[in-house]
Amino acid sequence: MSNMRSLSFDAIIIGGGGAGLRAALELAKSGKQTAVLSKVFPTRSHTVSAQGGITCAIASADPNDDWRWHMYDTVKGGDYIADQDASEYMCSEGPKAVFELEHMGLPFSRFDNGRIYQRPFGGQSKDFGKGGQAARTCAAADRTGHALLHTLYQNNLKNNTTFLNEWYAVDLVKNANGDVVGCIAMDIETGEVVHVKSKATVMATGGAGRIFASTTNALINTGDGIGMALRAGFPMQDMEMWQFHPTGIYGAGTLVTEGCRGEGGYLVNKDGERFMERYAPNAKDLAGRDVVARSMVMEILEGRGCGEKGDHVFLKLDHLGEEVLGKRLPGIVELSKTFAHADPAKEPIPVVPTCHYMMGGIPTNVHGQAIMQDADGNDQIVNGLFACGEAACVSVHGANRLGGNSLLDLVVFGRAAGMFIEGALNEGIEYLEASESDVESAMKRITRWNESEGGETVPDLKRELQDIMQTSFGVFREEKNMVEGVKRLEELRARIDNAYLPDKSSTFNTARVEALELDNLMEVAEATAIAALERKESRGAHSRYDYPDRDDVNWLKHSLYFPADKRLGKRDVNFAPKTVEMFEPKVRTY
Amino acid sequence: MSKLQVSLYRYNPETDSAPFMQEFQIDTQGRDLMVLDVLHLAKEQDNGLAYRRSCREGVCGSDGMNMNGKNGLACITPLSEVVKGNKLTLRPLPGLPVIRDLVVDMGLFYKQYERIQPYLQNDEPAPAIERLQSPEERDKLDGLYECILCACCSTACPSFWWNPDKFVGPAGLLQAYRFLADSRDGATSERLAELEDPFSVFRCRGIMNCVAVCPKGLNPTRAIGKIREMLLADAT
Amino acid sequence: MVTNITNLGRSGLSDWLLQRVSAVILALYSLFIVGFLLFNPGLDYAAWSGLFAQTWMRIFSLLAFISLAAHAWVGLWTVTTDYLKPTGIRIGTQLIIILAIFVFLVWGITVLWGA
Repeated sequence: MSNMRSLSFDAIIIGGGGAGLRAALELAKSGKQTAVLSKVFPTRSHTVSAQGGITCAIASADPNDDWRWHMYDTVKGGDYIADQDASEYMCSEGPKAVFELEHMGLPFSRFDNGRIYQRPFGGQSKDFGKGGQAARTCAAADRTGHALLHTLYQNNLKNNTTFLNEWYAVDLVKNANGDVVGCIAMDIETGEVVHVKSKATVMATGGAGRIFASTTNALINTGDGIGMALRAGFPMQDMEMWQFHPTGIYGAGTLVTEGCRGEGGYLVNKDGERFMERYAPNAKDLAGRDVVARSMVMEILEGRGCGEKGDHVFLKLDHLGEEVLGKRLPGIVELSKTFAHADPAKEPIPVVPTCHYMMGGIPTNVHGQAIMQDADGNDQIVNGLFACGEAACVSVHGANRLGGNSLLDLVVFGRAAGMFIEGALNEGIEYLEASESDVESAMKRITRWNESEGGETVPDLKRELQDIMQTSFGVFREEKNMVEGVKRLEELRARIDNAYLPDKSSTFNTARVEALELDNLMEVAEATAIAALERKESRGAHSRYDYPDRDDVNWLKHSLYFPADKRLGKRDVNFAPKTVEMFEPKVRTY
Repeated sequence: MSKLQVSLYRYNPETDSAPFMQEFQIDTQGRDLMVLDVLHLAKEQDNGLAYRRSCREGVCGSDGMNMNGKNGLACITPLSEVVKGNKLTLRPLPGLPVIRDLVVDMGLFYKQYERIQPYLQNDEPAPAIERLQSPEERDKLDGLYECILCACCSTACPSFWWNPDKFVGPAGLLQAYRFLADSRDGATSERLAELEDPFSVFRCRGIMNCVAVCPKGLNPTRAIGKIREMLLADAT
Repeated sequence: MVTNITNLGRSGLSDWLLQRVSAVILALYSLFIVGFLLFNPGLDYAAWSGLFAQTWMRIFSLLAFISLAAHAWVGLWTVTTDYLKPTGIRIGTQLIIILAIFVFLVWGITVLWGA
């Protein structure tokens, strides 16, 4: 242990996606000793897959657009458990953050007047839902995430950010007071394990869609930050809230942007009927994602699905014409040809609701500071720990995220965390140094894998985990099935704790990384399962046959999962925005 | 259904004195899998097999490799496109040092990317909103900004093989032109000055391997030609 | 910018231009010579030497020789920097190339303007 190398930074940012790079940029500009630690080269992070755009009231498509309308949509979209102070912050600060991206060079598509192109997305309205469909999603064709991630990486290069690329964060290091003072990390290329000391540790590790068998998420989305925080004993918020994107390509799971429907595409069942007209007479195909996904599953369950097995529906785009497809949706044309063998200019794309986004995560305030609860149930800041992006639950997405809000979340709260940490570092941060035994306890997990001498192997266990989640915690949920799922997960955890890593080599050992990832998938899956079982209502993406209605009396709350005793508690939703009147919960229709 | 014969380049510096090809029999169950799926199946047979992967949909650029002699992305290359005579040979991207198996050291490739200052430079104070850009000006960036840095092009380029330390390579030059072509960028002459030596741009011999292999269908040779035109216009 | 280089112009653009301009001159010269041979089927020494006795032909030929020298140098310099990685061998080879080009050029001039 004593011969382990250590590195010291003012701030370490774990994760090189949009949120991490935006936070890093802020800190690098301030001259703080900052490093981004990423298990993949930063431009391989999952932000790169975001397609449709970044939703923000920049008043380009509509000069009268108002961030308050965007905030209304966000709160309503989140089925009223999005924190209204955080939503207010995101929607009002958003334009600044988007213009900054443009100034950094992001190649947004343009309107004829030279302003940023905006397209309609689901759940968008003007005038607090009374003025019809808005077009508020700023886009770079259908490659907005790619353009955004590359722009942020490029600007980090410009500002000389330190990168620890292809390093894997294993576990958090806590001092005797319970403050987070760094992490244990492994250089994947050499296998060297290093103690990274830091005054601020930022979790920008993204989502964990790989807990499901069918997901739009990248193979790297294994919830590493969530796993690390749970093992360190910190609570997770709203983990039952998983978004199923209506249009994952049937069979492959790859995403087809909501922008397709924004540009005029629509869903049809086997009879060729545009069925969303029945479920959401006003917004139709541009209703909230949870609403559209549920409607699709209803169609399939009622025997109106397409294909031999009747287990998917079609997304029709051919009426848009080759020019619009080529100009606005070129990436979708490519993806559809590659993964669905369908040219969208000629035939519809087979799609099915697919796990897409984790609304829950590490609870934070708008500065990215992680939050836990004291013994009396009051919020308490976790010293040294921050989170932003999908790993965090600020919460601006509540029970269902609106399309285009995740990229905005990344840049607004990545930036906010960076600014806050800069200020805190200027004021001076001193935490007790971690003792040797503190470091040792963070090493426990990797040591166990390294010393494993036999047992089940990682791929089989991972498949089983994904199968449990898919079967018991999908679009529609119910008690009996979930109880069974929780039980199976409990058994699986015991097996994973005794699993075997056959390859113990040091150089670029991807098997070791996958083993460490499996632990994190397990943590996320269990938190999800228990939270889903305990939230006895239907709200947003959490939809139960046995509790089909929203229950505002008992559940107008965040859920808070405590890993130590696997208990689900509650936390108040914020209804106190600073500059606008709060939005009262109403029945949610589109 | 006979199994697919997969020949994989293997090298682990801790145990192997030299690289070797290892044969795998992969049961595809008659499906037209992507090459990446085949690698997943091979890894289940041999846990130690190392390769990079992330998005599995052709946008992150992790899994560039040489498949039956041609560079491409494993995740969007169906077997029907590359397999000949039921045989698939997978090697790391050529010309870069191998770290392990199909994982290469991309350091030189990234260094050349960084060298062209791949970020917008504009000293004018930024307006309160976005900088305006007409759709026609924006159209000039199409075919350039989409690069995913997979290195398929640069590692297929003989000029990059011979002078990876001096020749920027097709990927870096495509990005160099992406910023030269951006109406918002103000560093055109500085950028051109950095490129006019005999190696950085001019080592391109127009072989066009880059165009042939680019998984995103981009055309670095055309971008290089445009840079040469700009250098010429600037100097005469 | 790559600065550790030793070509003549120290500029890729001038090399590139030189290579193309010299190629055009060489093409024109070759076409002219081939044309001349075709139009004079029974060519004898007198006609041949008569052609080269004219000043414009001597200038044209000198231009072609210089173009050839420049073209050869840029091309071979590129080849040596591609394929010869050990510095000593590369510089040695480049010196031999320079010497050879110089000898051929001077020889050419002597042939044109000599006796």
